[in-house]
Amino acid sequence: MSQLIDRRLSGKNRSAVNRQRFLRRYKGQIRKAVAEAVSGRKVSDLERGEKISIPSKDLEEPVFHHGPGGRRQIVHPGNKEFVGGDRVDRPEGGGGGRGGGASQDGEGMDDFVFELSKEEFMDFFFQDLALPDLVKKQLAAVPEVKKTRAGFVSQGNPANLHVVRSMKQAIGRRLAMAAGPREALREAEEALETLIAEGHGESAEAEALREEIATLKARIAAVPFIDTWDLRYANRVDQPTPSSQAVMFCLMDVSGSMNEERKDIAKRFFMLLYLFLTRSYERIEVVFIRHHTVAMEVDEEDFFTSRETGGTVVSSALELMNEIARERYPSQAWNLYVAQASDGDNWEDDSPRCADLLLHDILPLVQYYAYVEIKAEEPQSLWHQYEAVAARNKRFAMRRILDVADIYPVFRELFAKKSTA
Amino acid sequence: MNEPTPKPAPLPATARQPLSTGSEWTFELLERYDREIARVAAHYGLDTYPNQIEVISSEQMIDAYSSVGMPVGYHHWSFGKQFMTTQKSYKRGQMGLAYEIVINSNPCIAYLMEENTMTMQALVIAHASYGHNSFFKGNYLFRTWTDAEGILDYLVFARNYVAECEERHGEQAVEEILDSCHALMNHGVDRYKRPARLSMAKEQARQMEREAYLQSQVNDLWRTLPARQTAERERQTTRFPAEPQENLLYFIEKHAPRLEPWQREIVRIVRKIAQYFYPQRQTQVMNEGWATFWHYTLLNHLYEEGRLTDGFMLEFLQSHTNVVYQPPFHSRAYGGINPYALGFAMFQDLRRICERPTDEDRRWFPQLAGGDWVKTLDFAMRNFKDESFIAQYLSPRLIRELKLFAVIDDDHDDKLEIAAIHDDAGYRTVRQMLAEQYNLGQREPNIQVYDVDVYGDRTLTLRHFMHNRRPLGDSTEEMLRHIARLWGYDVRLESVDANGTMQAAYEVQV
Repeated sequence: MSQLIDRRLSGKNRSAVNRQRFLRRYKGQIRKAVAEAVSGRKVSDLERGEKISIPSKDLEEPVFHHGPGGRRQIVHPGNKEFVGGDRVDRPEGGGGGRGGGASQDGEGMDDFVFELSKEEFMDFFFQDLALPDLVKKQLAAVPEVKKTRAGFVSQGNPANLHVVRSMKQAIGRRLAMAAGPREALREAEEALETLIAEGHGESAEAEALREEIATLKARIAAVPFIDTWDLRYANRVDQPTPSSQAVMFCLMDVSGSMNEERKDIAKRFFMLLYLFLTRSYERIEVVFIRHHTVAMEVDEEDFFTSRETGGTVVSSALELMNEIARERYPSQAWNLYVAQASDGDNWEDDSPRCADLLLHDILPLVQYYAYVEIKAEEPQSLWHQYEAVAARNKRFAMRRILDVADIYPVFRELFAKKSTA
Repeated sequence: MNEPTPKPAPLPATARQPLSTGSEWTFELLERYDREIARVAAHYGLDTYPNQIEVISSEQMIDAYSSVGMPVGYHHWSFGKQFMTTQKSYKRGQMGLAYEIVINSNPCIAYLMEENTMTMQALVIAHASYGHNSFFKGNYLFRTWTDAEGILDYLVFARNYVAECEERHGEQAVEEILDSCHALMNHGVDRYKRPARLSMAKEQARQMEREAYLQSQVNDLWRTLPARQTAERERQTTRFPAEPQENLLYFIEKHAPRLEPWQREIVRIVRKIAQYFYPQRQTQVMNEGWATFWHYTLLNHLYEEGRLTDGFMLEFLQSHTNVVYQPPFHSRAYGGINPYALGFAMFQDLRRICERPTDEDRRWFPQLAGGDWVKTLDFAMRNFKDESFIAQYLSPRLIRELKLFAVIDDDHDDKLEIAAIHDDAGYRTVRQMLAEQYNLGQREPNIQVYDVDVYGDRTLTLRHFMHNRRPLGDSTEEMLRHIARLWGYDVRLESVDANGTMQAAYEVQV
C-alpha cells in the first residue's frame, strides 16, 4: 500500500534560486569579503571559489522574543547535588548550561560561512571593477577553440569526405593491384606478337596465349575503381585560439608614499591585466619589478609586502624591464605587456628620461603599456611627460585612479581590440 | 493485542529468517521491509495515511530541509541561507541527514536518502511513515488545524501566486513584504478560533472575491469626510478593535489601510502556512517521542520474530541511542531538554505503568496502572499537546530517572533558587513547571493589537502583556519597523505588567 518513488534524478538544485537571492541580498557584505579574499591571493590565482564569512548577526531574522530580566522558571535534567530550596550563584555569563532562556536569546556570535563558486566569486570581483558586461563575458568564458585542419584520416563522416584525396588513393591502389597482371599481360602480348610474326599465329601455343591474355584483361578490369579503403576524410581538430605566449611585467613604486590601500588598488590593476592575458595567451609569465631609487626583480610576496623609504627614480625600473625583456623575452617569441603603478612621485630630472626610454626602447617592443597613477594629488612631471608619450603612441594607456572602479578604463583600448577581433 | 504480552524469548539462530543480511538496500528490499513494518504496525493498530516513500539524494535532502520540509515553496532568500547552513554542516560531517523529513499530507510523504544503509532506511520508514504518519492522522491538533488533503495544493497555489506577484511588482517589493510577514509568523496564528478548510480551487476563487471585497472594506480607516460631532463622542466610547486581537498577521491582512490587494494575499499566505505548522510547534515532544517509541517497538518486534539480523539491531540501536541521548545540564553538549529523549522516555514509561505498575504508579495513575498499553498510548497521542501531555503523564519515576530539577531565576534576587527536585515534595512542582515550559503562550511574548487611532493619525497600538515581568528582547525596535512597513502608519508598543501599569514603550514612525 506504500508507494515507493525514485526521485533521485529529478528536481536537483531546487534551492539555486533561493541561493541567488541570498547572495543578492547580502552583496554588500559579500563584496567586502571578496575584497579581503582578493588581497590574500596571488595575481595569477583568481579563478577559484572562495570561502566567505559574514557575521551571523547581520543575517538574523528578527522575531519578538523575551529579553533578560523578570522571573523565569526552567527545568533541567541531570541534577547532581541540589536539594529543594537551595540558593545558588548565577553561573558566569548568564549562559552556559544553566540559563536555558539565556542561551535561547543570546545566540552564538559565530560567523556565517559559506562557499562561493568560482563563477560567483568572479562575478563579485568584476562588479567591484565596474567592468562592462561584454568584457565580463569575454573574461569569464572558457578559451574559445577553433577547428583547424589536421591532415586526413581514413575514417570520418560523409560530409568530410575528401574526393580528390580519395581518388588519388584509388589510383594508387588500382595501379598497385593491377601491376602483376599487367606485367604478365605485357609479356603474354609480346610473346603472342612474336609468334604471329614468326607465322605461328594459329598454333595451339598462340591460342593458349590468347586465352591467358583474355583472363589477364578480365583480372585487370576486375580491380575496383574505388574501394572503401581508398576513402579519405578531412580531419579537423579543436585548437584553443590563444596559442602563443606572453609575459607581463608588473612595475610598482614601493617608495614610502605607496601605502597599503594604494598597493591594493595596484594589485587589482595587475590582476585584471593578468586575467585578460589568460584569455588570449596559452602561457603567461609574470615578472615583478619594484623600484624606489633602484629597481629590483622580486617575487610576488616581496612585491606586495615590502616597503622602502627614500626617493623615486622611475627610469631605473624601465631600464631593468628593458634589460630583462631583451635578454629573456625576445619580442619575436613573446608578446610583452607592461603594467605600471605608481603614486606619481618621481625625481624631477628623471621624468624626461622615462619618456625617452619608453618612446625609443620599450614601446616598440611591447603590445600594450598601461600606466596608472593611484590617488595622486596633483599631476606631476612624470604625468606630463607620459601624456606626451600617450599622444604619440597608441599602445600606451594611462589614467589617474582613485578607486578600483576606475581601473577598467585604462584597459578599454585593450578590450575593445579584443572584442572587435 | 488486548493484553500485555511478555516479551517472547528470541528464537534460536537457526530459526531466523532475516529479510536481508547486508547493509546495501535495493528497491525490492525497501518494499519488503515496508511490507513487514506495515504488518507489525497494523498489528499494534496504528492508523496511518497511505505512505509515499521517496528516495532522494543528499543534495535534495538539504533542499528539503531548507524549505522546512515543504515539498514546494515560494522563493525567499532565507531559504537560501538555511540551505547554505545545512549544506555546510553536512559537508563538515556535523550532521547526519537520516531522520525527520516527513510531510503531514495525504498521502504522507517521507524521504529516504540514497546514501543510507538498509538499517537506516528501515529505521526511517518505521519512524516517519508509521510513527509520525499515525500521529499526524490521529492527534487532535493536526486534525483541527491542518488539512492533509489540501496542503500540497495550497503550497502550489502559494508558490505560483508569489511568483506572479514578483513578475508584476518586482522581486524587491515582494521580498520586503515576505520579510516582514516572516518576522511576524509566530504571531500570525489563531490560538483559539477554529480554521476553515483549504483547497486549491476554492482558495483561488475566494482570493479574487477577497481582493475586491477587502479593498472596499478597509476604507473605514480611510474616511476623510469632515468629522461630525457624533464622531467625537464615538471616539471616546468605542475602541477599534473592540477587543484585543492576538493574531497580528490576521489583523494586518484585514485592516492595514495601505496594503495593496496582492500584499494582503501574501500576508494571508504566510499566515496560513504559519497556522499549518503551529501544531508541530506545540507537539514536538509528543510527536518525536511517539515516532521514536514506534520505530523502537516495531523494529524490536520484527527482531523477535527473527526477521532482522543481530548486525541490523546493533546498528539500529546505536543510532537510536544517539537520538534519545539527554546530556545533563552541566555538560557542554547540553542545549535544553531533548524532545526525542523526553518523549520517548514518557511513552516507554506509560507502557511500563500499564504493564508493570508499582505501588507508586497505582497511587499516581490509578486509572492507567494495569490497563491496556496500546489503548492508553493511543488515547494519549490523540488528545494532548506537549503542555497537557506532560502535566498529565510525567511520572515521579521518570522525574527520578532524568533527575529533573526546577530553577527560578528572578532578577529581584541575587541568587538562583532551586524550586524543586526529584523528591516527594518536588514531583508536582517539577511536573507543573516542565509543562509550563512547553506552553507556547508563555515561551513567546504575548503581544496583541490593542488600539487603532481610527479618527486621528491611524497609529497602531500593540500591547505586550508581560508574563512574570519578563521584558522584550533587543529585536523589538526592528520588529516594530517590520510592522510599520505593513501597517503603513506609526506603530506603538506598550509593555504592560500584571497590574496594568506600563513598564516600557516603543514607537516607530513611518
